[in-house]
Amino acid sequence: MDEILAGELSRAESRRRLRMLKDRLFGVSMGVGGVAVIGTLLLIFLYLLYVVFPLFVPARVATLETNTIPLAADPAFVAFEEYGEVGLAVGGDGTYSFFATADGAAIAGGALVPAGARATTVRAGGRIGRTLAVGLADGSVVVAKPGYVVSFPDDRRKIAPAMNFPVGEAPIPATGDGSAVQLLAAETADEQTTVVAWSAAGRLVLTHLSVTVNMLEDEKTLEKSAVEVPIQDKDLVFLSLNSEQTMLLAAAANGHVSYYDIRDKAKPALVERILATEAGKRITAVEPLAGGVSFLVGDSGGRISQWFQVRDRENNLRFKRIRSFSDFSAPVVAIEPEYARKGFAALDASGRLAIYHTTSERMLVDRASGVPGARLLAYTPRADGLGVIGAERRLGRLAVKNDHPEVSWRALWGQVWYESRNQPEFIWQSSSAASDFEPKFSLTPLVFGTIKAAFYACFFAVPIAIFGAVYTAYFMSPRLRTVIKPSIEIMAALPTVILGFLAGLWLAPLVELHLAGIFLAIFCLPVSMIAASLIWNYLPSALRHRVPAGTEAMMLLPVVGFVIWASMNLSAPMETAWFGGNLPMWLNSHFGWTYDQRNSLVVGVAMGFAVIPNIYSISEDAVFSVPQHLTNGSLALGATPWQTVTRVVLLTASPGIFSAVMIGLGRAVGETMIVLMSTGNTPVMDFSIFKGFRALSANIAVEMPESAVGSTHYRVLFLAALVLFMITFAFNTVAEIVRQRLRVRYGNL
Amino acid sequence: MATSSTGSTLKGWANSGSPWVWLAAGSVSLSLVMVFGLLLLIAARGLGQFWPGEIWRFELAPTAQGPGVPLLGEIAEEETVSATRARAAGEVIPENLTEVRRLLIKAGNRDLTGFDFKWLGVPQIVATTQPADALVVEREEWGNLYGFLADVRENGKSVAQGAQLWPELAARLERKRGLRAEIKHIEKDVIGGINYGIERLRLKQHKLELDGRADAAAVATLHARKLELEQEYTKANEHLAKLNQEIARDTLLFRTAGGEEKEIPFAKLVRVAQPNAMNIPQKIVHYCSKLREFLFDEPREANTEGGVFPAIFGTVLMVIIMSLFATPFGVIAAIYLREYATQGPLTGAIRIAVNNLAGVPSVVYGVFGLGFFVYFVGGSIDALLFPERLPAPTFGTPGLLWSSLTLSILTVPVVIVATEEGLARIPRAIREGSLALGATKAETLWRIVLPMATPAMMTGLILAVARAAGEVAPLMMVGVVKLAPSLPLDGNFPYVHLDRKFMHLGFHIYDVGFQSPNVEAARPLVYATALLLVAIIMALNLAAISIRNRLREKYNAADH
Repeated sequence: MDEILAGELSRAESRRRLRMLKDRLFGVSMGVGGVAVIGTLLLIFLYLLYVVFPLFVPARVATLETNTIPLAADPAFVAFEEYGEVGLAVGGDGTYSFFATADGAAIAGGALVPAGARATTVRAGGRIGRTLAVGLADGSVVVAKPGYVVSFPDDRRKIAPAMNFPVGEAPIPATGDGSAVQLLAAETADEQTTVVAWSAAGRLVLTHLSVTVNMLEDEKTLEKSAVEVPIQDKDLVFLSLNSEQTMLLAAAANGHVSYYDIRDKAKPALVERILATEAGKRITAVEPLAGGVSFLVGDSGGRISQWFQVRDRENNLRFKRIRSFSDFSAPVVAIEPEYARKGFAALDASGRLAIYHTTSERMLVDRASGVPGARLLAYTPRADGLGVIGAERRLGRLAVKNDHPEVSWRALWGQVWYESRNQPEFIWQSSSAASDFEPKFSLTPLVFGTIKAAFYACFFAVPIAIFGAVYTAYFMSPRLRTVIKPSIEIMAALPTVILGFLAGLWLAPLVELHLAGIFLAIFCLPVSMIAASLIWNYLPSALRHRVPAGTEAMMLLPVVGFVIWASMNLSAPMETAWFGGNLPMWLNSHFGWTYDQRNSLVVGVAMGFAVIPNIYSISEDAVFSVPQHLTNGSLALGATPWQTVTRVVLLTASPGIFSAVMIGLGRAVGETMIVLMSTGNTPVMDFSIFKGFRALSANIAVEMPESAVGSTHYRVLFLAALVLFMITFAFNTVAEIVRQRLRVRYGNL
Repeated sequence: MATSSTGSTLKGWANSGSPWVWLAAGSVSLSLVMVFGLLLLIAARGLGQFWPGEIWRFELAPTAQGPGVPLLGEIAEEETVSATRARAAGEVIPENLTEVRRLLIKAGNRDLTGFDFKWLGVPQIVATTQPADALVVEREEWGNLYGFLADVRENGKSVAQGAQLWPELAARLERKRGLRAEIKHIEKDVIGGINYGIERLRLKQHKLELDGRADAAAVATLHARKLELEQEYTKANEHLAKLNQEIARDTLLFRTAGGEEKEIPFAKLVRVAQPNAMNIPQKIVHYCSKLREFLFDEPREANTEGGVFPAIFGTVLMVIIMSLFATPFGVIAAIYLREYATQGPLTGAIRIAVNNLAGVPSVVYGVFGLGFFVYFVGGSIDALLFPERLPAPTFGTPGLLWSSLTLSILTVPVVIVATEEGLARIPRAIREGSLALGATKAETLWRIVLPMATPAMMTGLILAVARAAGEVAPLMMVGVVKLAPSLPLDGNFPYVHLDRKFMHLGFHIYDVGFQSPNVEAARPLVYATALLLVAIIMALNLAAISIRNRLREKYNAADH
């Protein structure tokens, strides 16, 4: 018996244990699951932050090793191929060497100039193709082009460098009179070669060479023409050609830069001669920026300035100093632009090295070059490495991590003077077909668009929603209220893509065609309601009393319907009578307002649909929960119902209404499909109701799928999403807190 | 209370605040007009388009360019505009008119005339008739044809005359339909399956190579299987060629209102009708057939014609997978927040945060989904599990799974809030009774509280589904496409392809309405799609509301 009882007990005990274990397991799993879900939601914010964060990480430079360039003479020019594995150095004596960047071991080499000739100057062309030219003491020039053949034997990259001579290895006379070449610029592409040489005799000569290949005999014939370019200055320090061989830049030490149009190779024309330095300063370095639109001038005062052509008031293109960087105190020794972006590295005489970006006006790196006697810089084409060439043929290698130089607070939110624009502007233009395009990442026009959308949406929605809420909560008969309130609330569930589609394809053309009628309706609707009230007032009281109280909204339905219908039908006659038959055109000719079919008026109305139910529902709740004894007291003291509404009910419920508007604003700010479909999506900054805009949200939706992962564009779009997230989160939080406090207050009343 | 008039004088009227009250009432009326106007608009346009419209023949006045060519077509729209605007649009309007009534004619025949819609000013029209034998031909390409039946031919020879033409046409159209179904089956199921199998074999071989297990025997087996499939392919292809030959047998000779003739192969026909000659039952049959096509067929002509079945299918499947993620996790989080977490300021803050997440713009979730799920998680999965397919991404690209996950994160706050509300409504007495009888907390929750909260969870789920079904912005980033080559569910192993891209009703509306080259022609279909989407979402919301109301009554009763 005892045994049975004991067995029973132990079984009960083990069952109890199992139950307790289950209970604990359930609790733990709920805890883990719950925290995980909430953690996931938190993850959204953290992940956005994680993607955005690299935008604001400063550029980093790490010193790698220092090698010696395998050349007999001091290098006059150093460059790297695409992967940065093979370097090319050209000595001042015309010898060259391809070497492994990692250890400085020579791979291939030779001389660009024939045996016995004496090289006087070496110059490399633009970053695309890097045409090399060596000027000789006898006034002739050798043009060469380095080439790299990449192959993958055994799945490993192998780079085979080679030197090509597009116009032959024999020197080509380029100064005309046999005097030595002092300065040089050369470009070659598609069988066209242009060489500009500054001779010891003080003449600037442009030589154009074109190679024709005879297909049948496989013979090359060389056509040559030469012309002297008139030049005012006699102390030239720098020549540069653009890669299209249409523009020539000649800089003199006295600070003057002459700019020539050489599209006609027989007749170079001086476009402009400008003073590019401050008085008393000499030009010490000049380089065109990637893309060839602007050039950089470094002077003996340590200042580097960016110049490009801007249209002046007479509509002429004139060079203008756009911005300058005056961080150096010693003269600028070298400027090395990046290959693809609008950034550059610079070196001063004291060995200070800086990396800049022009668009964002940022100094990204500022440090000592670390190489004694540094005088030359060489970027790798991907701008992930920088070579500093110093005394005794030393090459110091730096690893550069500079992924997002184009972003700065100012570039994102301020006015920036972009290349080829006439003044600093807010522009969002994230991509273009050209590879050397200057991305324009100003978020201001997008935020402006978002604010504009929210403003016009609330402009329509707030009065309707709040008035409607007050009426529904306070005047409407209870039975009607149970039907009407959900009917309006269900609007919130309408997919916004449908609202956007109707706004873009139905409402926008309708509004354009009936613009006069729309304004007539906006004016007539309130008037007709007041008129209805007046008429009702004068109706016999027997009739009035037969209609139950609180049904004005139903009585007004036909009135509203009629007014809208009549306005639309009166639109065409009104236009014909007063606006020359076409109101948008009339607005344009009388006020200069341009009319976009998909404009803010359409967005405002469409977004009103999305926002009204939110504001309406929350403010209705707030008004409805105003304690009855307050209103009863007010009415008992002789106030009219409307006085009670304005002085008691609205005042008490105002925090609730405020939070309703905040939530409505939050929704309007984040709304995507409506603004995407019913505006033109052009990022203009114009507050006109007849113009479109581009909102943050629509911009994200349009551009996100096309942006490259990890690019600046990608991260800036994430930043836009983060901004949206924070704005709406802040709005909603404020609204929620206000509502909770209101609830407490109602509880106390 | 409202119109307790304080006398019928003007002053009394103004002082009573009655104008303001009426203004407030007017706001409600305006909102109602907006809501129901919108729904009516969508319903009318969405449902109306399947009805076979009358075909009119318009005799036009001669213009400066020459004599008026008669125009045959349906009236798509009509409106009154000022004459200035009409003239600006290039219409010839008599000088004395200030306003003009104009009709938008759906004239079809795009390949013959270069336009398929045309605005026609009423003053231009000399006479209108409704020819009983007017024919509308729906084609697989180039839109409708409006005109008259001239001949039916077999291998170039006429097979019928006069009154016999129409029955002959109907019979041959039936034959064509059978052939077309067979061709589609071979193209899609048979050949599609073979191609899928060959691709899998290629991947298998590549995988073996990557793992270093590609010995001769394994490769030979794969090769043999591949040869087998290739033979099947050749056979299927031969059969297909034969069918294509058969379907090309019949042609239809067609004459436009202007007298131009055109021969159309039957293979290109979809539907032929003479709406003017139809009686009401025939029209209803026609309507149902069009509606069936819309709901169950695939789109044609860059989505501007045909049906939206893949979009319906994609939407439903996505929403189901989303619910599988959102419901359990949302419920767990709600139970944790309400029943287990210590109720303090932190829980309050979390509650506010969860509430507010429901108000965060959906496009932000899309950005998150693209960055986190697609590129980060998906990219990692590809590198770990599908190295043989690289560099072509499998999960590292937008797809069904990521769309569902993104939307489940978007909707989880809705489920949490609704469930919490439900849990909060359950009277304490019930809980305490259960605990007092010796049940553990888990048992109380599982047996007593959760069953009572089920309707609240249902409400949350329904609201979540309704929201997810209507979202488009995040999906544009994480998985929808305008035209998916195959459904994410098919007969090829592993049957549910979570990595595939899919079509979605909401995106379909955006894409067809805004990205399609011929918006005018696509418009009716967009309205129909919009109606379908609105109907689904409204139904879901009404269900949620009615469940919530029933719930409230139940617990209000339990409280007292």
